[in-house]
Amino acid sequence: MSDRPRVTCDLCVIGTGMAGMSAALFAARRGLATALVGRTGEIIFATGLLDLLGVHPVEAGRVWDDPWAGIAALVHDLPQHPYARISSNAIRSAVDEVMEFLDANGLPYRGRPDRNVAVVTSLGTLKTTYRVPLSYWAGIEAREERRPCLLADIQGLKGFSARQIAATAGGAWPGLKTIRLELSGVQGAGEVFPERLARSLELDSHRRTLAQALGPHLEGVRAVGLPAVLGVSRPTAVLAAIEAHLGMPVFEIPTMPPGVAGLRLKEAFERGLAATGVMLYLENRVFRASRTGAGAFQLELGRTEPEVTIHAPAVILATGRFMGGGLAADRHRVRETLFDLPVHQPDRREEWHRMDFLDPRGHPVNRAGIDVDASFRPLNASGRAADPQLFAAGSILAHQDWMRMKCGSGLAMATAWAAVAQAQRLLAQRGPAAA
Amino acid sequence: MSRFETQVLIIGGGITGVGLARDLALRGVACLLVERRDICAGASGANHGLLHSGARYVRSDPTAAVECREEGALIKSLAPHCIEETGGLFVAVEGDDERHIADFPGLCARCGIEAAALSPAEALTLEPVLSERLTAAYQVPDAAVDPFQLALDNLTDAMDHGTQVMLHSRVAGFECRDRRIQEVRLVHAPSGAEILVAAEQVVNAAGAWAREVAALAGIELKLLYSKGSLLITDRRLARRVINRLRPASDADILVPGGTVSILGTTSIPIETLDRIVPTVAESETILKAATAMVPSLEHTRFIRAYAGVRPLVPSAAPAEGRSLSRGFALRDHAEDGLDNFASIVGGKLTTFRLMAEKTADLVCARLGIHRPGVTRTAVLPSFAANQWTRAGLSPRIWMEAGNPEDLLLCECEMVPASAVETILDGIRRQGIPVNLTAIGRRSRIGKGTCQGAFCGVRLSAHLYDRGELSGRRGLAELRAFLSARWRGLRPVLWDTALLQEELQEALHCGYFGLDLEDGS
Repeated sequence: MSDRPRVTCDLCVIGTGMAGMSAALFAARRGLATALVGRTGEIIFATGLLDLLGVHPVEAGRVWDDPWAGIAALVHDLPQHPYARISSNAIRSAVDEVMEFLDANGLPYRGRPDRNVAVVTSLGTLKTTYRVPLSYWAGIEAREERRPCLLADIQGLKGFSARQIAATAGGAWPGLKTIRLELSGVQGAGEVFPERLARSLELDSHRRTLAQALGPHLEGVRAVGLPAVLGVSRPTAVLAAIEAHLGMPVFEIPTMPPGVAGLRLKEAFERGLAATGVMLYLENRVFRASRTGAGAFQLELGRTEPEVTIHAPAVILATGRFMGGGLAADRHRVRETLFDLPVHQPDRREEWHRMDFLDPRGHPVNRAGIDVDASFRPLNASGRAADPQLFAAGSILAHQDWMRMKCGSGLAMATAWAAVAQAQRLLAQRGPAAA
Repeated sequence: MSRFETQVLIIGGGITGVGLARDLALRGVACLLVERRDICAGASGANHGLLHSGARYVRSDPTAAVECREEGALIKSLAPHCIEETGGLFVAVEGDDERHIADFPGLCARCGIEAAALSPAEALTLEPVLSERLTAAYQVPDAAVDPFQLALDNLTDAMDHGTQVMLHSRVAGFECRDRRIQEVRLVHAPSGAEILVAAEQVVNAAGAWAREVAALAGIELKLLYSKGSLLITDRRLARRVINRLRPASDADILVPGGTVSILGTTSIPIETLDRIVPTVAESETILKAATAMVPSLEHTRFIRAYAGVRPLVPSAAPAEGRSLSRGFALRDHAEDGLDNFASIVGGKLTTFRLMAEKTADLVCARLGIHRPGVTRTAVLPSFAANQWTRAGLSPRIWMEAGNPEDLLLCECEMVPASAVETILDGIRRQGIPVNLTAIGRRSRIGKGTCQGAFCGVRLSAHLYDRGELSGRRGLAELRAFLSARWRGLRPVLWDTALLQEELQEALHCGYFGLDLEDGS
C-alpha cells in the first residue's frame, strides 16, 4: 500500500468528458498543478457539435436562434438550472477559451457571433447548435443558401444514407444529388468502420481515390457533403486536400456515434492538455476517495486496481451521468458513485420516465443529479456544502436536461469554468499546495 | 368503396385466426383474414412462448391439461422448426404448500402426463440457476415455442392454399338482415379506405377484442380480461422451462426463448383494452415473487418487459353456450339470432390447432362441406421469410454464409441485410406497407440490448437505400418504432439498461432531435 506512487497537486479533476477536460484546461492555464483522471466515456459518443442552448422551454419545443437570449429566458424560468449560477460573460469566456484551445490543437471550430446555426444530421433532421468543427461549415452555408450539393455515402458504412438525408432534408434544400461510393480499394470489402476509413484518408493516395470516385458526379453542384470520416488527427488538412482535388467546398456530416468526431475531440484534448502540463491519468478510475489529516483529498486510482495515490486539496467531480459512470441506479434509487453524495431525484422509480419516449417534457430522471451551492460545491443532506474543497461540474449537475435543452457542451464548459474559479479562490486562500 | 366476396371471413390475425385460416384453406375453403393491426399483435405475441405439457393445469383444469398434452405433442411433431424441446421442471422451494406438492405426481398420472421425480440435488445439477432451497422437483415434457414463427408459417401456408389477408384493417360494422351478416364493413387504416366484404360465414377470432367485435353485431359476449406482464432477461438463465410447483401465482414460470429467458407473469383484472403496457410496479412484483425460485434474478439485467391480455371465458355461465372446455369456448351465434356468425374465444397458444379445428368443423358443417380437417396430420412447412424471429438463428446463417458484404443491420442480434430482404418479401406478400415495426415483429431487430436505438437507424438508412422509404416518412417510422420499444423498456430501466437508455436519448433527442420533429 505505502509503496504505491504518491502524487501531490493542487486540483484533481475526475472525469474526462467535456466538463472534465475543460476544467483541467482552465485550471492548468491558471497555474494550478492539475491532475485529470478518467476513463474514456461519453466523449467518444460526441458528434463534434458544441451546443450552448438550443431549446427552451422543452415542453414547447421552442428553438432559439440567439442562444444568449435563450439562456436569459431559461435562467428566468428555471432558477435552479446550473446556467443560473453563472454570468453570461463567464459562459462566453469559457466557450471562447475552449474554442481557442481546440483551434490551437488542430480542431478549429466555427460559428456565427452570438447565433446558433442549423446542421443537417445523418438522419436528415436539422440540429440547432452553437459551434461546429470547421469541416462541417460549408454544409451550413450551402443549406442556408440552398446551393445544389452532392451528398455522398460509402458502401459498407452503415447507418449513413445520402438518399435518406436528401429525402428528409430535401424539402427545404432542393438540388441535393446523391451518390454511393465504392471504396473497396481503400477499405476492402464489407463493413467500413469510420475510424479506419478516416485514418486511411490521412494518406493522399486514398484521398485521390475518393476524389476520383466523386469526380464524374460534380456537374451542377457547388459543394460536396461526406460522412465525417475525413481524417482523425488532421481533419482540416485532409479536408483542404480533398477540396483542392475537387475544386469546390467539401463538408462533413457527423455519423451515428461513436464516430470520428468524438475521437477528434478526445485526441485534441489529450494532446493539448498534456502540452499544458496537466498530469493525465487516462483510462484510470478512482477507486477510493477519502480525506487526509492534512486537509487534502486522498484519491486512489488505477486501471483495474489502485496504482497511484493522489493528494489534492481540491477536487472537481465531473464524472457525468449514467453513461459516464458518475451516477448509477439500482431498482430503487439513483446514487452518486464516488462520494455517495445526495442525488436530487424523483421519489419513486415509476416517476423516472414518462409513458412516451418522446414526451416533449423529457424524463424526470434526466434532471436528477447533484445539487450544488453558489460555489458549485455539492450539497449534503442538510443542504450545506458536503465538503468545502469538493466541487462539481458538467452533466452530473441536477435541474438540467442537456439532451432536450441541447445545452450539453455549453453546460460542461461553463460549469467547469465556474468550478475552477471557485477552486482557484479556495486554493489562493489556503496558500501554496501542501507538500 | 371496394367490395370483396369470400366464403369465410376470419376476424383476427392471432394464432387462432391464422390457424383457422390454414385449417379451412387445407379443406379447400376460400377465406379472407382481416386483422386490425399486425400478425400476433395481441396475446399471441405477448405470452411466454411456452408449449405446455399440461402439467400446469392438472389440478385446476384436467380437461385443459389433457388438451395441452395432446396438442403439445402434435405441434412438436408437425411444426418442429418452431419448437425447442427444452423439457421442463416443476420445482417447489421451502415454504411452498406440501399438499400441493404431494398431489402433483398423481394428478399428472391421471392426465397421462409424464412427471419424473428428481431429487433437489439432481434438479440443481440440471439447472444450477435454481435456488438451493428446493424441496421437490419433477421433470415434465414442457417446451419452448416461437409464437411468431408458428403464426406466420400458418398464415403463409394458408395463403399458399388461397387464403387472402388484409392487415391493418379493422371491422367498422356489420350489416345484419334475415338472421345473417350480409356484409362486413372494414376500414383499411393506412389509407382510410372502406371495404365491404360479403362472406357466407363470419368467424370472430379477435382474442381479447372479441367482445368488441361481437358488440358490433349487437351480441353480448361475456369475456373477462386479465393483463399479464413478462420480463425478458439479457441472457438465457436455464436450459429448461422452470415452473414453480404451487397454485398458479405471479411470476412462477421462466421459459427459455433462444438466447434469453422470459419470466412471468402477473395477472391483473382489467376492464378495458386501452394502453396495455407493462408497468414499473409489475416488474417489481415479478422480481419479488420469482427470486425465491431463481435467486440470481435479483441481479439479472432485463432487456425489456411486455404485456398481453388473456381473454377469459367465465366458466360457470350456462348462457355462454357450448363450452368445449374451461380453456376455450366456441360460441355459435345462431343462438343469438345470426346463423352465419361464430366466436372462438379463450384458450391457449398450445391448443390453438384444436380451437381452429373445432371452429372449422362448425363453419364447414354450415357450408355443407364434409371434408375433415387435416391439420392433425399435415406437417407445417417452414418458410424462409418467417424464420427470423428465432433468437440465435440469424447469426448462425450469417456466419455460415461468410459474406462480408452482407452487412449486419442489427448488431446486437446479428441480423444482416439479406435477412431483411426475405422479410420484405413476406411483408409485401401480406400487403402491408414496409415499416420498421413490421420488420421488427418479423425478426430480432430491436430486440437486443440497444432496443432499436442503433439498429433502428441502420435499418431506416437501409430502407431508404432500397427505395422502400421516401420523403420524411423515415422520421415518423423511427419515432413509432422507438416509441413502441419504449413501452417495454420503461419498466426495466435501472442499472445498465438505464445507461443504455441515456445513450438512446442522447442520440435520438440530443443529436437527431426526434423530440422536436412532429413526424410530418
